[in-house]
Formats: sequence, C-alpha cells, structure tokens
Amino acid sequence: MSTRPWTPRDIRSDFPILDQMIGDRPLVYLDSAATSQKPRSVIEAMARFYERDNANVHRAVHTLAGRATEAYERAREALRRFIGARSASEIVFTRSTTGSLNLVAQAYARMRLRPGDEIVLTPLEHHANLLPWQRAARETGARLVYIEPTDDLRITEEAIDRAISPRTKIVALAHVSNVTGGVAPIAHAARRAHDVGAAIVVDAAQSAPHMPLDVQALDVDFLAFSAHKMLGPTGIGVLYAKHEHLLAMEPYEVGGEMIERVTLMEATWAAPPWKFEAGTPPIAEAVGWHAALDYLGALGMERVEAHVMRLTALAVEALSEEPGVTVYGPREGRHAVVTFNIGRIHAHDVSTVLDAEGIAVRAGHHCAQPLMTQLCIPAAVRASFYLYNDEEDVARLVEGVRRVKEFFGDVFGESVS
Amino acid sequence: MSLENLYREVILDHYRHPRRRGTLEGDGVTVVDLKNPSCGDHVTLYVRQEGDRLAEVRFKGEGCSISMSSASMMSSQVEGLTTEEAAGLVAVFLRLVQGEAIGEAWEEKLGDAVALRGVSQFPVRVKCATLAWKALEQALARGSGVRPSR
Repeated sequence: MSTRPWTPRDIRSDFPILDQMIGDRPLVYLDSAATSQKPRSVIEAMARFYERDNANVHRAVHTLAGRATEAYERAREALRRFIGARSASEIVFTRSTTGSLNLVAQAYARMRLRPGDEIVLTPLEHHANLLPWQRAARETGARLVYIEPTDDLRITEEAIDRAISPRTKIVALAHVSNVTGGVAPIAHAARRAHDVGAAIVVDAAQSAPHMPLDVQALDVDFLAFSAHKMLGPTGIGVLYAKHEHLLAMEPYEVGGEMIERVTLMEATWAAPPWKFEAGTPPIAEAVGWHAALDYLGALGMERVEAHVMRLTALAVEALSEEPGVTVYGPREGRHAVVTFNIGRIHAHDVSTVLDAEGIAVRAGHHCAQPLMTQLCIPAAVRASFYLYNDEEDVARLVEGVRRVKEFFGDVFGESVS
Repeated sequence: MSLENLYREVILDHYRHPRRRGTLEGDGVTVVDLKNPSCGDHVTLYVRQEGDRLAEVRFKGEGCSISMSSASMMSSQVEGLTTEEAAGLVAVFLRLVQGEAIGEAWEEKLGDAVALRGVSQFPVRVKCATLAWKALEQALARGSGVRPSR
C-alpha cells in the first residue's frame, strides 16, 4: 500500500474526540495504551455497515447476508495481510486479547500439559497473559517458570535462554510491555522454544498498534491482539495460530456458527477458523477494524513506529531529568509508554491534578500487580503516546508534572522539589 | 471541578500528619483489612470495643491522599462513640460524599471529615474517600453484631 507523508497535526482532525476541552484546558489524551481513539473513517465504516449491509454472517442466502459475510471475511483477510500470516484460516476472531489468550490456554495448552511440564513467562506480563497460565498450571500440574528481567526491567536473550529447559512446553510473553514499553526479543525466544519442542504464545496487544508485525519472520505459534488499541472498536480481538495447531485444537466454546453437521446426539465442527467462532461474531466491529487497518496502512506502520518511539524517548528524557520523578523501565528503545511516580505522591493524586490540566493518563497497577510488588510501589502513573500525539503533548505532560509538584510540594517537603 | 475543592488544606494536613495511625491487639479488638482492587489502596482498621463503645480506633495502610486522610479523620472522629452512633456517622458520611446535604448537626459530628465533601465532584475518587468508612462498617458488623447501616 502506498503511504503519504503526515504529521500528527495533519491527522488530528481525523479524530473528532480529540477536539474538546476538559474544564478550561484542551484535552491531551495520553492513555492510548489503555484504549486508542478512533478516526472518523472507522466510526463511519461501522455506521455505514449498520445503515446498509447489516445481517448475520455465514447463514442466510439473501443479499444483505452475502454482503455482511463478505465484509466480515474481508476483515479477516486484511488482518492476515497486516501480520503476514500464510492463510486467512489462521486468523480466529475473538472478543479481545484476553479472550485470545484464554483460548490458547484452554484449547491448546491444557490438552498438552502434563505434571512437571513448564510454562515460561515473565514477571512483566499483563494479568491477561498471566492468569490463564496460572489456571492451566493448576489444572494440569505444570509449573510456572519466570524469565528474570534486568534491573531496568528488560527481557534479554540470555535470561530467556536460562529460563527455557527441556521441560518447557509453553513460552508466553508480551511483545511490548504495557508497563515499561520495552520490547522482548520474540524471534530469539521462538527459536529457543522450538529447539526444545515448546510452543511460543505472544501477547501483541501493545505492539500491534505501532509496530510492523510479521508472524512468519518471528516464527511464533500464537499471537494475540485486539482492535481497540489500534484505532478500531472495542469488543473484538484476534488469535493468530499456525494452521497445524488450529487443526489439533478442540473448540473452547460450542454452539451456533461453528458446526459442520449436528444430530440429536453429536456434532462435527466446521474447519478452522470458524470452529473457534461459536455464536454471532462482532461483525460491525470487524468492519471497523478493517477500516482502522486501512488507516494505519496508509500512514505506514514503520512511520507510526518511528513517531511513537521518538515521542516516548522525548518524554522519558524530560521526565528523567525532572527532580523527584522516578521513571521505571529502560532508558532507551521504548515503545509508547512511560511509567513514573513523583516523589511519594500517590499516582491517583498525580492523575487527578493532571486531569485538571486536561491531561488524561492512567494511574494504578496497570494490571501488573506482581511487577508493582517487585518494584515495591502500590501504583504508578502511565502516559502513553500514539500517532495523534506530538511534541506539544509531551511538553504539556512535563508542565503538568511540574504543576503536581507545585500543588503537593509542601506535603512531603524536600522529597519532590 | 477546582482542585482546591478536593484537596482542602485540612485533608493535606491529615495526609501529612496522620492521626490514630498504628495497630491494636488483644481481647475485644476487631481487625478489618480492606482493599480497593482497582487502585491498590489498602486500609487495615483496628477497633477495640469496651461494651458497646469504640474505646480505641487505629489504622494502617497505604494509598492516595484522599484515602489516607479519610482514614485518619474517620479514626479520630469515631473513637469514643457507641457502635450505634458510629454506624450512623458512616451512613451520613456516605451521603456526604455523594453530594447530599446532611445538615449542620451532622457536619459537626463529622468534624474534619466534612472537608471530604469535595470528592462528590470527582466521582472516580469517591471510592478512595469511603474505603476506611467501609472498613469501619465491616468492623461494626463483625465486632458486636450491629448490622451495617443500609
């Protein structure tokens, strides 16, 4: 697809929500790692689908049903292209990244794990890529083994090598951490996993929005991400899985849409990917996601990545220099997120003061409680950047942080000034 | 939605210098541990009852300025009350932070905690303010068979 040159200012007008005041300050949206905003083309594609093409998929033979089915399957094909999969049959629609990871854990891992087998993961995982494995381990007698991050919370190739053993059956890790923005060496982890006959499962929720992905180059077995963090609607995610795995897996949910033949006593399943898509799927959401992929494709994922990394680096640098501010994670090579605290001021108080300045950030444990425990902090503030943010937003954040220090400065005396 | 309405000086003072911070043990002490899972705020409340009176109230915990100052204010305010009076105060406080008018007599009984009225304009922070009071509600229910208000 041909790409056009762009700047955040050019494309800002494509996002109606960004043009508003919070109190008396213009909104600065720095919470895209939680969910991104949506361009008009996505909103309109969904509205158009409901206005003109809406019908259920894979059922009736009337014209609308044909259009809806075609639109839904075209979205699947667009996702195949986006991640470089061999076949659209390797693309399973789910309700979210969480749904995708639970599907792998329940429909693939549980059948395969035996007592004493090991599941390798990192302490940086989002709860969505932790709890399904805790449960799979509990139910099968497998063990959880953790890759040890560096002091600045990076996942290195050496640490991966130390954690993987002949007992490893699953390696599950985030491509980009939602707390540190650090990138894990996925291709290396995949090679090591395959060396010992294990499968690798990648949580790409934080990488798919702003990195070119190529599942064949990475050689991963499973990859999960969702639409809403990459300009698309909520309620739809995807599980990429190598075809051989999908053939071997039993469906997790059974019911309508996923059958081949049903009698009163038994049923046979449709071929992958449909056998994993029981019930009416999120059709309009698939259409919206397709529009989001088109939008990203026109801008170019390499450029989106370069832009987001540059802004993140600017923010990390500026906040690291700010007295009293602690930035967590690596200084360099970060994608999209900067997580920090200001002195002993609680993240919620920081977030409330920033909100009064019109700045939306996330405050809390970021669904990574084990990591927070390891850092000995109850909570942290996270600012995250996307293609519609620019240097001015970084400047507003830094200004906001100074305002927080001014406001609470006297609470803990010299600790933050 | 001004910040000064939320972060009143008396709130920051309780945050800076918490009253009744500490622990209790021994006979007649009820301990309630309460977390706000969405943000990690955490309060452990210690209540020592003598008959139907709250003889001593202490807390420990960690969290934002609102949750910690609220715990400090609540602990100072209910010490010495009967369980019934304390339960009444909890109910009134929960109304206050929803933005309801509670009348001067109750305001006096709530003492410094009246300053937390401002959270009603910050709906996402109401849970911070009520954490310690919910802990007291549980302590009262557990300690003496007094039912939680409402």
